[in-house]
Amino acid sequence: MDTAASLDQQKIVLEACNLRRVVAPDKAIVDDISLAVQKGETLAIVGPSGSGKSSFLRLLNRLDEPTSGTVFLDGVDYTTLSPRMLRRQVGMVMQSAYLFPGTVTDNITFGPRSRGEQVSKQRIQELLEHVQLAGYETRDINGLSGGEAQRVSLARTLVNDPQVLLLDEPTSALDEATRSGVEQLINTIMHSQGLTSIIVTHDMAQAARLADRVAVIKSGKLERIGTVEEVLHDTIA
Amino acid sequence: MTLLHDMLTSLTSPQVVNGLIQVAAASVMVLIVVIIASFNRVKIARETITSMARGFIQILLVGIILVLIINASIIFGYLVLAMMIIFAAILSYKRGKGLPGAFKISLLAIGIGSGITILIMALVGVIEPKIANLIPVGSMIISSSMRTNSLSLNRFRAEIESHVGQIEAGLALGAPPATVIETYLNNTVYASIIPAVDTLRSLGIVFIPGLASGMLLAGANPIYAAEYQFAAMAMLFAASTLTGLVSGLLLRSTIFSAAEQLTLRPQITKIG
Repeated sequence: MDTAASLDQQKIVLEACNLRRVVAPDKAIVDDISLAVQKGETLAIVGPSGSGKSSFLRLLNRLDEPTSGTVFLDGVDYTTLSPRMLRRQVGMVMQSAYLFPGTVTDNITFGPRSRGEQVSKQRIQELLEHVQLAGYETRDINGLSGGEAQRVSLARTLVNDPQVLLLDEPTSALDEATRSGVEQLINTIMHSQGLTSIIVTHDMAQAARLADRVAVIKSGKLERIGTVEEVLHDTIA
Repeated sequence: MTLLHDMLTSLTSPQVVNGLIQVAAASVMVLIVVIIASFNRVKIARETITSMARGFIQILLVGIILVLIINASIIFGYLVLAMMIIFAAILSYKRGKGLPGAFKISLLAIGIGSGITILIMALVGVIEPKIANLIPVGSMIISSSMRTNSLSLNRFRAEIESHVGQIEAGLALGAPPATVIETYLNNTVYASIIPAVDTLRSLGIVFIPGLASGMLLAGANPIYAAEYQFAAMAMLFAASTLTGLVSGLLLRSTIFSAAEQLTLRPQITKIG
């Protein structure tokens, strides 16, 4: 299996080691998964619904606690980092936008404000241009479409300058028409900025369009990991 | 011997006998309402009758205890209030089913909210150091704290459970738990003191509460009854607000793990 061993050790940013999460005495929703991502790459995690791929992602920014195993961020065991620092470094965009009441700017500045930092008007403007929402600064979130809301949630995560971006089915709650736009935006952001990212999707075609490598998770276990071509070939063969 | 004598005199006094007639008359009124309800297929008979019987026995027992200790040391009065706080916590914490440490939170919130208010008011003399004054006024304060705490538990759980997404999104942005649930905590505290605020607002216009009614019935100067009633309501308000705050702050600390993870999630039964 193509695991951390075949990657350039120097370039590894995030490494999951034997991650396990048990929610009931006989139910491990994540069962001993180890994998690593290197700087600038996009890893897609695919698998049937309920396979544990989102649960695995939630362990990577410690939104849930692993029962055993740990994650290394830049070689540092994440249990030694403060959860707030970790989550700034490992940003997450969820399936739904889950915006906070208020304006687009209120949402974008939420993270920095929570630690007493200011965000310049120019930076907000840049971020909004980046997610193709130029001029949306003072818009109330109640007037946003699903696609716009998801773009705001992306901008609100990017304002932290994360090292790694986790995306949990970021387009699956959107309708057909807006889905491809948001997907293209994600693709641009991931590749133009050389952002390291892990995207969970149930859509193999989306994984092929966005990712450099694909990991297949079934019943909480890592079934296969490799380049898009390798995994696609195996799946078809 | 004197105790027994006091009690027998109290039980057989014409006032007590007259009171029983009043109890019977009020109960007949309830019975009529229950019968009307059952004609309309509203089945409240069983619950009404058991609640009434329970309420009557409880209040009568308190009356008997009061007869026994009315002239005893004030310490007995505080002991009775302490018992009431424990009962209030037992009744209240069930509103927070599924919330970790709900009983402890209820006991602390009701105890601190009503306890501090009662002690300060007793120290400055608003509550007289007599059992006849301490227990009724104290119990009003405790019951108001209990109501606040019940509302707080209930509302808090609902607020958190319906905003799991926003809360986790906030945590995922690296925000501290206190910031992430600020809005929901505010909503909880505010909602829990609504009855206390409304009571204070409607004082005199909508109702004359039991305390003033009792004083008026006992022949006190109506102006003094009004003044004292206001003082009592202000105490209830202070106790409620304090209870709401303590309850809210304690609740906040129970739903996050040390690693700042939201542990109260409706769909997950056990956090591993």
